[in-house]
Amino acid sequence: MSTVTYREALRMALADALRRDERVFLMGEDVGQYGGCYAVSLGLLEEFGPERVRDTPLSESGFVGAGIGAALGGMRPIVEIMTVNFSLLALDQIVNNAATLLYMSGGQFNVPIVIRMTTGAGRQLGAQHSHSLEGWYTHIPGIRVLAPATIEDARGMLWPALCDPDPVLLFEHGALYNIEGELADDDGPVDLDSAIVRRDGSDVTLVTYGGMLRVALDAADALAAEGVSAEVVDLRSLRPLDTATIISSVVHTHRAVVVDEGWRTGSLSAEVSARIVEEAFYDLDAPVGRVCTAEVPMPYAKHLEDEATPQVRDVVVAVHALGA
Amino acid sequence: MPSLGADMDVGKVAKWLVSPGDVVRRGDVVAVVETEKSTIEVEIFEAGVIEELLVAEGEEVPVGTALARVAGPEGPRVTPSTSVPAPIPASAAARPASAVVEPATTSTHVDQPRRLVVSPVVRHLAERLGVDVHALEGSGAGGVITRADVESAGARLRDVSHSPLDASQPAPVPRGRPSPPPEHRAYPSLTGVRSSPLARRVAAELGLEIEGIPGTGPGGAIIEADVRRATHREASVVAPSPLGWSGEGEAPRQPGPAVASGTTGADTRQVAMRRAIGALMARSKREIPHYYLSTDIDMSHCVAWLERVNTERAVTSRLVMPALFIKATALAVATVPEMNGFMSGDRFEPSAEVHVGVAVSLRTGGVIAPAIHHADQLSVDALMVALRDLVNRARSGVLRSSEMSDPTITVTNLGDLGVDSVFGVIYPPQVALVGFGRVAERPWAVDGMVGVRSCATATLSADHRVSDGHRGGRFLSTIDRLLQHPEEL
Amino acid sequence: MTNTIATPSGASPPEPAHGLHLLREMMRIRRFEERCVELYSDMRIRGFLHLGIGEEACAVGVMQGLDDGDAVVATYREHGHALARGMTMRSAMAELEGKVEGCSRGRGGSMHLFDKATRFFGGNAIVGGGLPLAVGLALADRMQGLNHVTACFFGDGAVAEGEFHESMNLAALWHLPVLFCCENNLYAMGTALDRSESETDLALKAASYRVPAWDVDGMDVMAVEAAARTATEAVRGGGPHFLELRTYRFRAHSMYDPDRYRDKAEIEGWRHRDPIPHLVEQLTTAGSLGEGELEQIEREIDAEVDDAIAFADAGTLEPVEDLERFVVTERPVPGAVP
Repeated sequence: MSTVTYREALRMALADALRRDERVFLMGEDVGQYGGCYAVSLGLLEEFGPERVRDTPLSESGFVGAGIGAALGGMRPIVEIMTVNFSLLALDQIVNNAATLLYMSGGQFNVPIVIRMTTGAGRQLGAQHSHSLEGWYTHIPGIRVLAPATIEDARGMLWPALCDPDPVLLFEHGALYNIEGELADDDGPVDLDSAIVRRDGSDVTLVTYGGMLRVALDAADALAAEGVSAEVVDLRSLRPLDTATIISSVVHTHRAVVVDEGWRTGSLSAEVSARIVEEAFYDLDAPVGRVCTAEVPMPYAKHLEDEATPQVRDVVVAVHALGA
Repeated sequence: MPSLGADMDVGKVAKWLVSPGDVVRRGDVVAVVETEKSTIEVEIFEAGVIEELLVAEGEEVPVGTALARVAGPEGPRVTPSTSVPAPIPASAAARPASAVVEPATTSTHVDQPRRLVVSPVVRHLAERLGVDVHALEGSGAGGVITRADVESAGARLRDVSHSPLDASQPAPVPRGRPSPPPEHRAYPSLTGVRSSPLARRVAAELGLEIEGIPGTGPGGAIIEADVRRATHREASVVAPSPLGWSGEGEAPRQPGPAVASGTTGADTRQVAMRRAIGALMARSKREIPHYYLSTDIDMSHCVAWLERVNTERAVTSRLVMPALFIKATALAVATVPEMNGFMSGDRFEPSAEVHVGVAVSLRTGGVIAPAIHHADQLSVDALMVALRDLVNRARSGVLRSSEMSDPTITVTNLGDLGVDSVFGVIYPPQVALVGFGRVAERPWAVDGMVGVRSCATATLSADHRVSDGHRGGRFLSTIDRLLQHPEEL
Repeated sequence: MTNTIATPSGASPPEPAHGLHLLREMMRIRRFEERCVELYSDMRIRGFLHLGIGEEACAVGVMQGLDDGDAVVATYREHGHALARGMTMRSAMAELEGKVEGCSRGRGGSMHLFDKATRFFGGNAIVGGGLPLAVGLALADRMQGLNHVTACFFGDGAVAEGEFHESMNLAALWHLPVLFCCENNLYAMGTALDRSESETDLALKAASYRVPAWDVDGMDVMAVEAAARTATEAVRGGGPHFLELRTYRFRAHSMYDPDRYRDKAEIEGWRHRDPIPHLVEQLTTAGSLGEGELEQIEREIDAEVDDAIAFADAGTLEPVEDLERFVVTERPVPGAVP
């Protein structure tokens, strides 16, 4: 067992992948000499060289498309888009090529690419650097979307993602890089398909992912002090959703609150809520609640940013509103 | 008329560039066609001689319509080379010629596109109904679109648009309200009852009526916990504790057996009910000093009146004798109030309101006696409606708790079973039970002569702690008197 | 590598057999496209249809310089490229008719022809969208030590897209074996080149990325072939090259385009430079094309196209139950990486 940070766990995963297979290479802005915008790839250039750890110019569409082309051509690229905010420049390549080529070609061409992106708000970076657009990507058939929220998942999701013959998007919440946790020495690849119940409970189910897992768990603690037992479900895979785990929890607790850092309207929380209503309607003792970011472009001032983003107290209030 | 784009439905021949007799080669431009978007030159894919122009300049026809007949080396053919007989949509100007055109087969086309074959009569019907024949599957031989195909499509259109005269317009898309944020959510429930799906499911499983259960959920909604609480109360209504408990809100001292434990399953419920009724009857007999009176009532006026009234009515709105019995009993209470109310401990509390319990036998065995509220104030018609509804719901097990707890006096009628008279057991905490036997013809002496009259025997079981024979007799004779003037009930 | 802008000298008449091969290839494309017009008018081909009539020399000429192991990325006007690369007419025609026997199971249609066997990567409908793919394919070849060339076809319209800039830059920066082939037919749908580009000399633009760039007469198949062979040789194992193929489409942008933005006289002028009659004349003069041989070739091609259409017409539709297949790879697929 050792104590590592989320960042270090990611780095271990990258190094491990680069070592294991020659077809794997990392490509993105400042991943090499700079060591990665969030220092995730620090040291990798020195170990693996500039062919396998490639700095790119600021050409998101160009290098994401190139990653797709490289995947078509037999490589297993890990493309790092610095943040989800900049991924908008590469949206066409992701949606119209990566997600579509297999289907459009009638099954001929796989695109085994992994695209990593940092996501989320909370560091006073303003409206253009604080998006949580995971929900947008979950709308697109043909791509898998993952959100590692724990050290274990940060360490273990990358390799199976690389093994997947289809495109995988991996979202790392910016506030998680520094969190510390225990990692078993033999910790390795994790299952990509399942949501995990991180905390058992009986009065209400909190469904969440990524950076909001901490918020949900803290809220569960606060609720426990009041005698309300909250079950916390970490989605882990945002597309496809592990609906079965969500539903079996809601059938057990009869109440649900979805905690999602995206904006409320048309968000992933709306999808989760719809599925709960579709499949667990007759077991619901209250409407499905949602705690999301306020419908504003993210403000810079700290108190405003805190007000806009889901906080522990918001989750507690939402649970109370359900009569639990 | 060629298809020149995914969204092109019709085209108009603006100008013919050839005439009958002209020799054409493959690729020659033969016409100029106008579409919604632009003007396009149309080329011919055949070589040959133009025989006949089938569409005039200025005429607008749907895509696929034959434009001209060309005589080529292989014989007369219709262009475009893969011709499709002209389908006529509802809105296009109809051509007088028959819409059925023999499609020409060419050597290059192995698989013909689906032929649209529709007779002028059916075509006309389609126009009238606003049906697009393009969209139909012909059920006739060879794919012919029949009248029936058009009519059923027209009926579907009507269902959608709700307006037979307007069937040609597509059903308007409702605008829809934007959904307000949850803070403003206060839609009144259509049924007046807000309850969670889980609560409703549990209530249905337990055979409980959800209305009337106090809700403690969000916005006062009824949630599962509320239903569970109500279950305990329901049980005690069916098998009330002896003396001293008068209605809702009070914790029952002796809840009935099985029912309170929330057993599900109809059989278990029936068994439990029997047991509860039995316990109730035993207690009643044990604790209430009953006295009994009976009287025979001349029912001829009621019989005649009912007959007269009912001949003018539909079956579903006819009156039955029990309605008159109930109304008469309810009114009679005004004369002898000691018949109407509850025993509370040793004291009698008369009730200002008259809620007549009606004994209803259940198909699975057992009897319950839920109340018709304010029976004294209901017209006979209204009472009839209430009675019918009550009996239905009693038999399907969907009663309100207030109906179970509120009767102030009970009426039982076994006339349908051919019983002359019934001396019933009072339902505690009530103090009286009125019974009616069957209405039958009997010998009757009037003015010194013996005749035959419709009669029924009315009986009274009353609590001797509250009234005596004198009062009881007065009560029954009041009922008798009231039943002599059914039109005034 | 210097910024060379040069027009390769006019090629000498080809070997007779090769000349006939070039002629046949172009005529196959021409006849295929013409029949597509009929099928589209008859609603057997649906959606969008973009034809390459007039531009045949570009596809045919460039393909002569490529090996079987090379890769091709093209645009939505790619029927000719697919056929010249080696896709069968049957496969292409069935795809256009939406049949499961088509190269893409009827999933793609005219704009999305794909063929793994010939490393034909589409069929891309987003203008400029294929350029980064080509860069990536070349990158993969380079990283795997393979000596392939990736030929990337696009139009003059794509030059305006940011992806042109990004892709040219990346290819040059990383020295990748991409042959950028710009078929400049002077119009991006309805917009003439001089209305969309401040600098209309496209070869000059390419040169600004330090990519060797040549203007080529796209209506002369032998000039195209000569340029393509020379460029490909340099690209293989080397860095990117750019060919501006000056060509013209005789028909409108797509089937439903009224072609209002072009002068009839201009179209007529270019028709006189039709690459097929041009080659016929060259071959006839050189004595490579015998009496009746042209008609014979025509008959054979007609038969081939007829056969392809019959095959497509008789084809089957993919069962609707299969709608969701190939959104993702069907399991179980072992993660090919051990």
